[in-house]
Amino acid sequence: MPDHLPALQVVLPLVAAPLIILVRHRGFAWLLTTAVSYCCLVMAILLATRVIGGGAISYAIGSWPPPWGIEYRVDALSSFVLVLVSLMASFVAPYAHRSLAAEVPHDRHYIVYAMYCLCLAGLLGMTITGDAFNLFVFLEISSLAMYVLIALGPRRNALVAGYQYMLMGTVGATFYVIGVGLLYLVTGTLNLADLAERLRAVEDARPVLAALAFITVGIGLKLALFPLHQWLPDAYASAPSMVTAFIAATATKVSVYVLLRFYFDVFDPAVLFAELPTREAFIALSVTAMVVASLVALYERDVKRLFAWSSIAQIGYVTLGIGLYNEASLTGSISHLLNHGVTKGAIFVLLGAVALRAGAGRLTTESLAGLSRRMPLTAFGLVLAGLSLVGIPGTAGFISKWYLILGALERGLWWVVVAVVAASLIAVAYVWRIVEAAYLRPAPDAGTARSEAPAGMLAAALAMVVLCVYFGLETSFSVGGARDAAQLLMGAPR
Amino acid sequence: MSGMHLIAAALVIPLAGAALIAASGRWPNLREGVTLVTAVALLMAVASLVPSVMSGDRPALLVLEMLPGISIAFRVEPLGILFALVASALWIVNSIYSIGYMRGNREPHQTRFYACFALALAATMGIAMAGNLLTLFLFYEMLTLVTWPLVTHHGDAGARSGGRVYLGVLLATSMGLLLPAVVATWACAGSLEFVPGGILRGAGLSSAALAGLLALYIFGIGKAAVMPVHRWLPSAMVAPTPVSALLHAVAVVKAGVFTVVKVVVYVFGVEELSAAGAAGWLAPVAGFTIIAASVVALRADNLKRRLAYSTVSQLSYIVMAAALLAPLSIAAAALHIATHAIGKITLFFAAGAIYTASHKTEVSQLDGIGRSMPWTMAAFAIGALSLIGIPPAAGFLSKWLMFQGAAVRGEWIVFAVLAVSTLLNAGYFLPILHAAFLREPAPAEHPHGEAPVLMVVAMMTTAAATLALPFVVSVPLALARSAGGVLP
Repeated sequence: MPDHLPALQVVLPLVAAPLIILVRHRGFAWLLTTAVSYCCLVMAILLATRVIGGGAISYAIGSWPPPWGIEYRVDALSSFVLVLVSLMASFVAPYAHRSLAAEVPHDRHYIVYAMYCLCLAGLLGMTITGDAFNLFVFLEISSLAMYVLIALGPRRNALVAGYQYMLMGTVGATFYVIGVGLLYLVTGTLNLADLAERLRAVEDARPVLAALAFITVGIGLKLALFPLHQWLPDAYASAPSMVTAFIAATATKVSVYVLLRFYFDVFDPAVLFAELPTREAFIALSVTAMVVASLVALYERDVKRLFAWSSIAQIGYVTLGIGLYNEASLTGSISHLLNHGVTKGAIFVLLGAVALRAGAGRLTTESLAGLSRRMPLTAFGLVLAGLSLVGIPGTAGFISKWYLILGALERGLWWVVVAVVAASLIAVAYVWRIVEAAYLRPAPDAGTARSEAPAGMLAAALAMVVLCVYFGLETSFSVGGARDAAQLLMGAPR
Repeated sequence: MSGMHLIAAALVIPLAGAALIAASGRWPNLREGVTLVTAVALLMAVASLVPSVMSGDRPALLVLEMLPGISIAFRVEPLGILFALVASALWIVNSIYSIGYMRGNREPHQTRFYACFALALAATMGIAMAGNLLTLFLFYEMLTLVTWPLVTHHGDAGARSGGRVYLGVLLATSMGLLLPAVVATWACAGSLEFVPGGILRGAGLSSAALAGLLALYIFGIGKAAVMPVHRWLPSAMVAPTPVSALLHAVAVVKAGVFTVVKVVVYVFGVEELSAAGAAGWLAPVAGFTIIAASVVALRADNLKRRLAYSTVSQLSYIVMAAALLAPLSIAAAALHIATHAIGKITLFFAAGAIYTASHKTEVSQLDGIGRSMPWTMAAFAIGALSLIGIPPAAGFLSKWLMFQGAAVRGEWIVFAVLAVSTLLNAGYFLPILHAAFLREPAPAEHPHGEAPVLMVVAMMTTAAATLALPFVVSVPLALARSAGGVLP
């Protein structure tokens, strides 16, 4: 049984989805989803401890040995992302019940849960697989599920947002598969490790370069790399609250993981970063994303969109670490996957609680007025998560920012340091707009009666907020795991 | 209790106090009782640390390793214990005063007020006892954030904009300059532990790099209010006066100059800086702040604003003294942290008492107020004399040491700045005393009496301490001297 954990990690949520469709009962669907999420978390943690103890795990699906069969591979990086994804799932799932009840018609709940399980399976599969085509399959599973989830949003423009994301996402997935096709053309293999070895021997660089370009743009679309980010604000703003919380915390992160896999394992990072302008391109795009998206967030009135723009800026931090290309910066990038996942997850979960009490309609900064009176715990949670977003010391966001600044300093790039802190300061401004509204502006109507979110939702939300602080102080998992992964990536290719 | 437990107690007592205050919000008398008990307990914990520190011990506490190689750790040295002692002792007096002020003015949100105050003291203790730069930075930012609700206490438009400037300047400087400086220090030296002689000793930085890094620190530590990053301090005056008194005359601003001294002594190292000549620019910048802020204070009609600019000027005394890099001047800087604190809190107490009794806020309204509020104005006079540096008030002591330090170093420009600013100090304080005691009150005056008794008691306590300090100076002076001697 323990030997089959890598397969179970994906199969369990994958099997849960059709079960939910068959039973079509929303209470059952919720319980099953929650149970599956927790099981996934337990399995991910078990896998992570085994990786820390005994190195990478290779699992051959159907006992077909790689490179002929599909290999599942768990190493320092993928186990870190597995824990991140399943951790977020197990926070969001218990919270989903009450949140969905307010936003989605009851007879459609089972669809949400089924799609949620599929999405989880896809994301975990993308992370765990060691096969380029299998990765595409999981990418499509998670993406298709996500399109449906977004389109199920409470307002009518959710359909448009879902459709828009579907167009962009399909382009991304297609580009990815074209790139993989080109690689298959020159190497005749799809196993990532095998690909890496064979690519080193390829004489003709042109198809490989083309493959690199297709894969970069394809994955760049999925991870909302600036300027391929247009789908993201609408998608995040329109989806049901629990969906936003889940995909904001996980989907782009897994895409970053795929990019890291290709850049550092499949392609030769020495060539990629030394002979191609990869570093310059990534630094330029990331810095632009950080500053521009933060500025847009500053002027956004719709709170969910505001934080969606903030996500684009934060993805800039992650890709900046890739562009800086040293151990410190990659540690920053990878730990930011977790730190930002926890932070943004917490924010969207809390906003979901606010939306539940505020009723239908868009959540604007004005509608947050007097929140500290109506929902003191939720408001305080938003403040703490906001501080983590800014990167105040003692919160998760600080840790990754520390390593990014350190990485930039090691490269001697002072202007990048300036950009990082400038983006943080803009973040102070947009977070403080929310804080001021919540604490200093009186509620417009007489509605100052205390109406805190339901206990279940609040517990999930505050647990995530606690994690925002926990990962800011006790970093043996977040930094330790990220540093192991960074060393793996920066070390000799496997 | 061992030193380790006492450090833990000094951090936990105000945190626990904040929780209890929040829990007892429905019973105001109990709540204020909790505040007072917490303050006394904190002072006892801090005071119990003094003997061992004076005997040369350095109690330490390791909490956890936050990043590989960087821990949240505490280590108490003379300068830190002096700062902690001043802040915790004045918290007791300030709490008594707060009770009078908050009830006298029927302020809202009093539970939040007292709870945030306790949190601010916890952050101050963390700063005072920090064993490395990251721990200090952590509590430095915490202090900024927990004082924001106090600055914006009234929640009106003025409080909002004041709070924005306050938070904006303090976070922009600390995140924008201080954080890169800390990371750069870590990148250069591979350590952030405060060590005698300096972390950067032997890191092989050029003198230009040292000067640049020092500039990042000095302007990054916005709480020290060196111009041009001083704007947050006048903005913070929208807060209720007890906040201005303890936090923006003692805890927050002293945390700033304390950090500056700490950085000069323990991060750069006095020898390293004087050998490289990298701190040469700092004394003129601080000197400019002293004079310019005094001139602004001279022209300010709002009493609290005048006091705020006086604080800006006095803080730069400490920065300038530290920049001289002489043991004597560093001792003067350390001592001035204590003497200015006691003098300035007295002045703010008086300003708050005037507001509570008569709702007057401007200097031009104070004609003849000494007749209706003799106690308050007597306390104000003592505080003012102390800040001008007239013996026997406490301010004289540290100013004397500063003059001496400048003379020893042969820094005659610094000497001149000190002399001119003393005249300017007299220029903005003495007219107030003249108006209060020698002018006739305006004829259409509403009669009003003295401030509530608790406020008068608090004011008299600090005024008496100002006068008594020179006679019981042995403990602070010994601590300041051993900080100035750049002891481990």
